[in-house]
Amino acid sequence: MSVIPPGPDPFAADRGGPAQPLLSVSGLVKHFPVRKGTGPKKVVRAVDGVNFDVLKGETLGIVGESGCGKSTTAKLIMGLIERDTGGMLFDGQAIGERAMPWRSYRRQAQMVFQDSYASLNPRMTVEQSIAFGPKVNGVPGREAVERARALLARVGLEPKRFAGRYPHEISGGQRQRVNIARALALEPRLVLLDEAVSALDKSVEAQVLNLLLDLKAEFGLTYIFISHDLNVVRFISDRVMVMYLGRVAEIGPSDSVLAAPAHPYTQALLASMPSLDPDNRTQKALLAGDPPNPIDPPGGCRFHPRCALAEGVCGQVEPPLEPVRAGNRVACLARQPGSGHSAAPAEVLAA
Amino acid sequence: MTAPLTAASVALDGNLAAAPDAPEAFVASRGFWGHVGHRLVRDPVAMAAGVVILVVIAIAILSPWITPMDPYKGSMLRRLKPVGDATYWLGSDELGRDMISRLMLGSRLSLFMGVTPVLIAFVLGSGIGILAGYVGGWTNTILMRTIDVFFAFPSVLLAIALSGALGAGIFNSIVSLTCVFVPQIARVAESVTTGIRRRDYIDAAKLSGASAFTIMRVQVLGNVVGPIFVYSTSLISVSMILASGLSFLGLGVRPPEPEWGLMLNTLRTAIYVNPLVAALPGVAIFLVSISFNLFSDGLRSAMEIRQ
Repeated sequence: MSVIPPGPDPFAADRGGPAQPLLSVSGLVKHFPVRKGTGPKKVVRAVDGVNFDVLKGETLGIVGESGCGKSTTAKLIMGLIERDTGGMLFDGQAIGERAMPWRSYRRQAQMVFQDSYASLNPRMTVEQSIAFGPKVNGVPGREAVERARALLARVGLEPKRFAGRYPHEISGGQRQRVNIARALALEPRLVLLDEAVSALDKSVEAQVLNLLLDLKAEFGLTYIFISHDLNVVRFISDRVMVMYLGRVAEIGPSDSVLAAPAHPYTQALLASMPSLDPDNRTQKALLAGDPPNPIDPPGGCRFHPRCALAEGVCGQVEPPLEPVRAGNRVACLARQPGSGHSAAPAEVLAA
Repeated sequence: MTAPLTAASVALDGNLAAAPDAPEAFVASRGFWGHVGHRLVRDPVAMAAGVVILVVIAIAILSPWITPMDPYKGSMLRRLKPVGDATYWLGSDELGRDMISRLMLGSRLSLFMGVTPVLIAFVLGSGIGILAGYVGGWTNTILMRTIDVFFAFPSVLLAIALSGALGAGIFNSIVSLTCVFVPQIARVAESVTTGIRRRDYIDAAKLSGASAFTIMRVQVLGNVVGPIFVYSTSLISVSMILASGLSFLGLGVRPPEPEWGLMLNTLRTAIYVNPLVAALPGVAIFLVSISFNLFSDGLRSAMEIRQ
């Protein structure tokens, strides 16, 4: 029943083969200028040199506390704000250059926003919102509407009941399903979910997460899943990236990052999760204070003012993102041999 | 309302007939404008104002055929008859012309001078404001600071100055009144557009690859046209009063053409002789402009639907 009318094979566009990352981000930087009086120009270092790959068919979870640069990274990836420097390769082709102009990139990469209401035009019916993308990309009106209805059915909304409704007439969970359908209407390969389930009730959230997993399998999608909820990230992600103050603290397979975190910040994040076991309640905050001001980030490792392992060297040397064990890469001097940190492992690990 | 809306609803009906496994109809929502209309009909004040406006429009259209007497034919013997005269129901003016006929025919020019500048300014001002609001940055700064220059002058003074510079006449009055209203409407359009341009659905539309023009036409226009329209309807009364003022000063309509503002001017000498007749054009201006104001007020509250 829920067959999407003629669309190309999702794997047909695959150029570089399965081993080539779908999206490769290197040295991504975004500084926002702040105007304060007449003093020297200051900037908020929202994203300050971020590198990561998104593999084909995987779900990369991005976690971190508020203000760590998750959403800015998302907007940079989608081109909603312009990056200062840094390269982005989509399936091996540089985004924004002749081989992969933004327009054709956007047809292959779509985004689902956190606020399900704000991301739907209140003056358009659900069906019109979904059909808008295909229409502006040359799909005839009638066909676009049919595709919208098929997608509505696919995300679990009966087209007869929902196609003609306006966003304020449906529930939050239903709206987010509409947003997912809208993102899928252009048959993307990469879907970026920016806190897409964070505003939903727990039961609805679970349904939408399962829907996302089904859709991913059916359409051969790759997800970037941004969330502050570690349980959700653990459930949906293949790999996890932890961000702190505009930088990557740790990245690796989700089992390894979330079960045996190497970075003190990841450890603190995990420890601060409320436990379901009443005998094992979190008693004290492991992470004191707020993250430092991104206008004036601390020198060296950005986490060192809050870190339990901090030593003198942490305030001077900026830790590179280096592999500590198979697949796990960590930006922490205490984990890197020869860094000068007293807790650093003695021998060099095989990368 | 806009083209894509109707296109989709047509497609919706068409598909209904085509689908054999569709025993139940698609649930069609009333939509925003449907709700507004529904609420407006239930507002007695707005409806009364709307009726007054419709009656005046009907009189304006039909006036050449329904005036009881020739509005241009005067009689030196029957000047300034009082209201309630057997022949001249609402009296006669300083040249002995029938007041009721002149008021009826005068509604044409008065309405025209009230509505036309606002209509032109609605189109131009919305265009400038939406462009400035959507594009932002330097475009916004240049457009809006230019607009701000016009705000330095009181609107009455600006209208008189422009009219005076361009010379008397209906066309020049409309041009000068349009110049008065464009900045005001552009300012409202810009602020409403700026308010929605950071919304996620605009970002989502950008991500779909739509051009800026398509986004403005399909995604922005539908969300900003309501408030701009309400504001514009409230300007109709101002426009009528300003146009009357211009005519009163001899910068607008020329005699013997009947126009409420001009009539007020020529009758002012009779204010001690026959004050009621002299006040009649003013009453007409007041009645119509307050109707436009009340109607736009009703429209505004009808559009305050919780989203």
